[in-house]
Amino acid sequence: MTHPTHPHNHPREHEHEHEHEHNHNHNHNHNHNHDHDHDHDHASELSEAAIRVRALETVLLAKGYVNADALDLIVETYETKIGPRCGAQVVARAWVDADYKARLLADGSAAVAELSFSGRQGEHLQVVENTEGVHNMVVCTLCSCYPWPVLGLPPVWYKSAPYRSRAVLEPRAVLADFGVTLPTDKTVRVWDSTAEIRYLVLPQRPAGTEGWTEAQLAELVTRDSMIGTGVPKSAPLQAPGAAGVAGASA
Amino acid sequence: MNGPQDLGGMMGFGPVCPEADEPVFHGEWEKRALAITLASAALGEWNLDMGRHARESLPPHVYLGVSYYEIWTRALSNMLDARGMLTEQEVQQAQMLVPPVPTKKPAATAAQLQAALAAGSPYDRKVNHPARFAVGDVVRTRVMHPSTHTRLPRYARGKTGKVVAVHGAFVFPDTHAHGLGEQPQWCYGLRFGGAELWGANADPTLEVMVDCWEPYLLETAA
Repeated sequence: MTHPTHPHNHPREHEHEHEHEHNHNHNHNHNHNHDHDHDHDHASELSEAAIRVRALETVLLAKGYVNADALDLIVETYETKIGPRCGAQVVARAWVDADYKARLLADGSAAVAELSFSGRQGEHLQVVENTEGVHNMVVCTLCSCYPWPVLGLPPVWYKSAPYRSRAVLEPRAVLADFGVTLPTDKTVRVWDSTAEIRYLVLPQRPAGTEGWTEAQLAELVTRDSMIGTGVPKSAPLQAPGAAGVAGASA
Repeated sequence: MNGPQDLGGMMGFGPVCPEADEPVFHGEWEKRALAITLASAALGEWNLDMGRHARESLPPHVYLGVSYYEIWTRALSNMLDARGMLTEQEVQQAQMLVPPVPTKKPAATAAQLQAALAAGSPYDRKVNHPARFAVGDVVRTRVMHPSTHTRLPRYARGKTGKVVAVHGAFVFPDTHAHGLGEQPQWCYGLRFGGAELWGANADPTLEVMVDCWEPYLLETAA
């Protein structure tokens, strides 16, 4: 098993310290998080990349190529409004509503639009269903294609060389990095997002969730389970919120 | 192009390291990198495929050595520079030194960007010619190594697969990335067996699905 704190094989993109050290990926095992909780805007702490982005923004604004309020809107949209909780609602709806699930599998974009999710990088959404016999996993080996309207922006590992290189070659070893082990006879179907179709995995509904509400079910749906690098959380012994059951919502 | 972006099947990058409770952004600069990249694209001076080509055209040691947001912003600088919109000297000095040039579209307002993000940009197109292949057909991908943009990854070139979906006609990245027009082509979902791609030692349970435009494909002898 590997862990995010592994000192040598850190995917370079998820390093907090790349505010400082973005160009020295092969020998770094020093001071990984030393500025993590500090003010990233503090000028004396900015990396070359951060300084460059700030300069770019300054010049773009000065030349009137971008508007400041538009920039803020983009950040706000992807930081607070669009994220994997959107996809979790879609999955939960499909688990409780067979008609919805059929529409979702037939036309993903139209079905997620029913829940008011649509837009950039979701124009051509295809939902692929995990079954007893097939586990689906999504990658973009060529860049970072990802279904933004239902999952938000991709995590760093999704855009990283280790994931993009290995997902199509040895998906079971990649799944092991996530702590996921599949039955040896299960088909592993890897979707490489080479065109404009974006893929969302519909994971299997966890056992023991009969009678759960959509909202309860959505809590079990993780981002990774919709990429195919994870599975939904297991159900506790009784539905969360059920009266008198200690720890049921744990 | 056989650039650093074409990573499928490469080895030696180490394990995947998921980050527990990963934040959406790691630091303020990533937010700004996303925002200026999307807002600049709204000027209409380049399209999606040109943007991808600018990223994969970064030198391999750069592409593989920096974070993804830095790939974005370096490619953004290069695209702006190539169009005379912004100079390296201006970035170095963080100030405007030469006046702005006219752009195809004016800077988007917040309301316009909000509408554009919500609407998205569909890339499917109506074409008059019929699809050459149908679901169930066995096809072979071309062996090709264009120095220009393509979306057929190296690991899937010269391979035999089965058509499992006819997605419709879509803007063709290979021309669109180079200002040669949308030239929409039929796009198919293909399924490849693990052994076809990786040989006898491949995971026998592996199937890889690759979306391919029709010019990437050849008929196979029945």
